[in-house]
Amino acid sequence: MSALRILVPVKRVIDYAVKPRVNKAQTGVETAGVKHSMNPFDDLSVEESVRIREKKRAPGGVEDICAFSAGPPKAQEILRTAMAMGADRGIHVEIKDGEELEPLTVAKLLKKSVEEQKSNLVILGKQSIDDDAGQTGQMLAGLLNWPQATQASKIEFGENDSVTVTKEIDGGVETVRAKLPMVITTDLRLNTPRYATLPNIMKAKKKKLDKKTLEDYGLTNDKRLKVLKVTEPPQRQGGGKVEDVDGLIGKLKELGAL
Amino acid sequence: MCSILNSRIWQSSCWRASSYKRLQRQIITKSKHRNLSCTAHRRLMDTTGFSETQLAVRAAVGQVCSRFPNTYWQDLDQKEQDPKDFHAALARDGWLGIALPETLGGSGLGISEATVMMQTITESGAGMAGAQAVHANVYATQPLARFGSDEQLRETIPGIISGRWRTCFGVTEPNAGLDTLRLSTTAKREGDEYVISGQKIWTTCGQVASKMILLARTTAYEDAPRPSQALSLFCIDLDRTQPGLSMRKIKKMGGRAVDANEVFFDGYRIPANTLIGEEGQGFKIVLHGMNAERCLLAGEALGLGYAALTRAAKYARERVVFQRPIGMNQGVAHPLADSYMHLEAAKLATYHAARLYDASKTDSSITQEVVGVAANSAKYLAAEAAFTACERAVLAHGGMGYAAEYDVERWFRECLVPRLAPVSREMILNYVGEKALGLPKSY
Repeated sequence: MSALRILVPVKRVIDYAVKPRVNKAQTGVETAGVKHSMNPFDDLSVEESVRIREKKRAPGGVEDICAFSAGPPKAQEILRTAMAMGADRGIHVEIKDGEELEPLTVAKLLKKSVEEQKSNLVILGKQSIDDDAGQTGQMLAGLLNWPQATQASKIEFGENDSVTVTKEIDGGVETVRAKLPMVITTDLRLNTPRYATLPNIMKAKKKKLDKKTLEDYGLTNDKRLKVLKVTEPPQRQGGGKVEDVDGLIGKLKELGAL
Repeated sequence: MCSILNSRIWQSSCWRASSYKRLQRQIITKSKHRNLSCTAHRRLMDTTGFSETQLAVRAAVGQVCSRFPNTYWQDLDQKEQDPKDFHAALARDGWLGIALPETLGGSGLGISEATVMMQTITESGAGMAGAQAVHANVYATQPLARFGSDEQLRETIPGIISGRWRTCFGVTEPNAGLDTLRLSTTAKREGDEYVISGQKIWTTCGQVASKMILLARTTAYEDAPRPSQALSLFCIDLDRTQPGLSMRKIKKMGGRAVDANEVFFDGYRIPANTLIGEEGQGFKIVLHGMNAERCLLAGEALGLGYAALTRAAKYARERVVFQRPIGMNQGVAHPLADSYMHLEAAKLATYHAARLYDASKTDSSITQEVVGVAANSAKYLAAEAAFTACERAVLAHGGMGYAAEYDVERWFRECLVPRLAPVSREMILNYVGEKALGLPKSY
């Protein structure tokens, strides 16, 4: 079996616990002074890659775990986090503060990076919690013409480069098998990410972090979508109380729900 | 059910906080891994100007602390039980070695980072109990790391960093508090041993510690060339099975989870190789770490103050009386706003002092006196700001502030510690009067 060269794309997003606010111009959400962290699904990707190495789950071993992020200068912080969790090195493609990449651009970028790094496995979050596009993994697999397994809750390695992935689907699980190289996207039940320990935070400072630009990969930030307006969800109206079941049925009929 | 919920929520654009946390709660069973905190991340303190390392420390220590909710600390405070698993969790992730050299298995960071760590601990809700559970391991090991022999370091430091051993600091005595040079516990040399007799007091974690950094008299006060050359520092085992050692817990106002003790030595024998540095150099060695401890305590006070103020502001936003949130009343809002400004000012003083302390190691233009004035000022300001914030947090809660469930009474009880220790407010005023203003010494 080939040794694994895992590419782990990670994204810096507004922390999951922060309630995002729409900016005054209604062009997006307020990001200044807001706590950011690694997209939670990417946390799972990093953790899984490190566990595959630590638990020696891949017969050919793990040769390299490379964390990759395209984002503003501060995206380096989450690359350091990924390295503190156990990634070997990082690649940062710097995007100007406030600029966003669409999933297709990210997928094209990742394709170039996969080729450059000679990766044979890409583990990425099934979506990022900022725009919830949920497209990058699939597009990447398409561009590379590689097999993909999305929403993984379990990853197992067999002989002859085969990988078995348990996927979460509505009402159950689906098990698929493919051969390396492949793309896997992660779901919440895959694992529970670890904390970075102090010695590992210190070690991460010394790990290699390459800085690149979109131009280095021969790409430009093309936009296919234009954001017209971002608004808060409508305020919820207060509910009403009914006396009994008959009252409830009457009310539902009145509203045309029955 | 999970997977249905799972697939449904992704379709909603507004799933982030509530549903992600709900899922995490369902999924997480192993305490070893992270438990995403369910409280909103609304941190009051402005972190502009902190270094990347300081912010990384704050984030990572915060994650460890998030596994120990306020109910954990309420419970231990009431039962007066040691937070062993909290100490173990920090040790397991390497945090106790934050300011110890890398050659000994530490991480070689400075007091600037250690102060952030201590502040993050108290601010998490753990309060002074959380801080005191690890404080001596971070601070009292400093003189040992600097002046200890290779053998002492190899034998002791890794065990303390890994959490196998806990350490306590034996300086204060019933009849020699701030007047350290008058302490009366003696260490008499007899062959390859020293024999310890005397009493220590306010020894934090004495019940659970297996090591003690002990300051004892090796020359009579009258016989020493100078009073400061009569004391020696030891790193000793606290072996309760040996004769001559006993201790008694002190009942106290706050931080009840962590024990404080009277320790009695009556002919307790220790090997002579436990001496740190040279005989008679103990006071000088201890002095070395004092400014560091002031910084750490200032950080601990800050965390306590911010925790209380955060809670008070939240309560003032949510509590509705006379059809409006009480925080809309200036009588409630202004004292809290005032507290915020004092905490922010104390924060600047604290991290200024910590930076000076670290820089003074390589920059000889920064004198110990400058560091001393900065560190003492920081401790004073942070302790006072924390005290006021904690008191006002209780008052803002009205009657509920008196209930243990709301935590602010616990922090209020604890916030007297940084006002009293490791040096009183009055002695700081004396010091600053003398060193900064050039006034004659009054004592």
